[in-house]
Amino acid sequence: MTFDLAFAWSILPDLLAGLGVTLEVVVAGFCGAVAIGGAMALLRQCSVGALRVLSKAYIAFFRQTPLLVQLYFLFFALPLSGLTLPAIATGVLGLGLYYGAYIAEAFRGAINDVPAGQWEAARALDFGPLALWRRIILPQAMKPMVPVLGNYLIGMFKETPLLAVITIPELFQAAKQIAGVTYRYNEPYTLMALLFLAISLPTSFIFNYLEKKNRHG
Amino acid sequence: MDTEQLEFIARQLLKGIGVTLQITLLAALLALALAFIVALLRLSPFRPLSVGARVYIEFFRGTSALVQLFYLFFILPLLGITLSPMTTAVIGLGLNFSSFGAEIVRSALVNVGQGQRDALRALDFPAAAGLRRIILPQALPFMLPPLGSLLVELLKSTSLVSMITLSDLTFSGSTLITSLGHQTLIWSFVLVCYFFLSWPLVWLVRRYERRHTRHRGSRGAR
Repeated sequence: MTFDLAFAWSILPDLLAGLGVTLEVVVAGFCGAVAIGGAMALLRQCSVGALRVLSKAYIAFFRQTPLLVQLYFLFFALPLSGLTLPAIATGVLGLGLYYGAYIAEAFRGAINDVPAGQWEAARALDFGPLALWRRIILPQAMKPMVPVLGNYLIGMFKETPLLAVITIPELFQAAKQIAGVTYRYNEPYTLMALLFLAISLPTSFIFNYLEKKNRHG
Repeated sequence: MDTEQLEFIARQLLKGIGVTLQITLLAALLALALAFIVALLRLSPFRPLSVGARVYIEFFRGTSALVQLFYLFFILPLLGITLSPMTTAVIGLGLNFSSFGAEIVRSALVNVGQGQRDALRALDFPAAAGLRRIILPQALPFMLPPLGSLLVELLKSTSLVSMITLSDLTFSGSTLITSLGHQTLIWSFVLVCYFFLSWPLVWLVRRYERRHTRHRGSRGAR
């Protein structure tokens, strides 16, 4: 088996187009996951018992079942109940719901790590709930969240090949299609792995740098 | 849906659960063994070994598990190495999860104070005995909870092997849908099965964490 450089070069534009779709889905999915994660973490702190249970059940369900099966469910089973979403929207929703559960737990951990004295001091100074969260708790909780969010962003990026099963034309789907048409697996899959590394390694370094910067000042 | 169909579904799903658990167990053993080896290599004072271990970790962590499985399944046969889907699944998932495991093991070993290591050296303790009798027992409480969580992730990731035609739980679900329909019901069954398969592991990890982590002075948010 040889690695044909000219062939690899010729398929690069198609793979890059797939990578573009992958990145779009990841960015949208990540924004959704952070929003869902934040909302679920706040519900976990809520004084209404039913909302706390709801948030716990959500987190347990999405963390204990595979993303692939969740995507199958969203894409194939939801339309039967009358809710048909385009493939890309399903992918974004799937990634957002799945990673939302993980981010909710990370947020919860970060919020719990804010020292008790900070809560008490803010209450003693008569901070309202909104000001307490916005000015005291969240700024302190967000600092340790940077590396965690970075890891989830990279994790989400690496999960995107699963989106091929719901026909999203992302990087993996593009490589699979090229392999299917040309019967050459080596070049598309190798290039795809290299493209994954080309995105995930620098992202990992950036978040490591941010983490170190946060730690030192 | 009649009772006969429900029985058929249950039988197929049980078969799938068996395969899923088998892959999880074998891949976990491989991942754990490799994780320890790679972590020790990463901590080695001999730089080429430590750099090699780092490259291994970054490579397997930086690329998708599914892509790695596809690579093993489609590219290796072109090099003359043909593996059965089960072996591919165990090796693929084992390699992928060993990279995450290696970092967990490494950070747990590093967490054991430098003083302990210095004391071992001062006492001229053999390295292997020191690791086995002094360092490892102290590092275990640090590594067990994240390794437990990793095992839950591994269990869920076995769903990927359905893409290389291995008849695990997910594959059984999609085969049942092809022959019977009932998308919503069968995917719901599959989701519930995964949920309850991972439940004991999650429960054990939580129990262990509660026992072994010291309560820090937080405001006690729920």
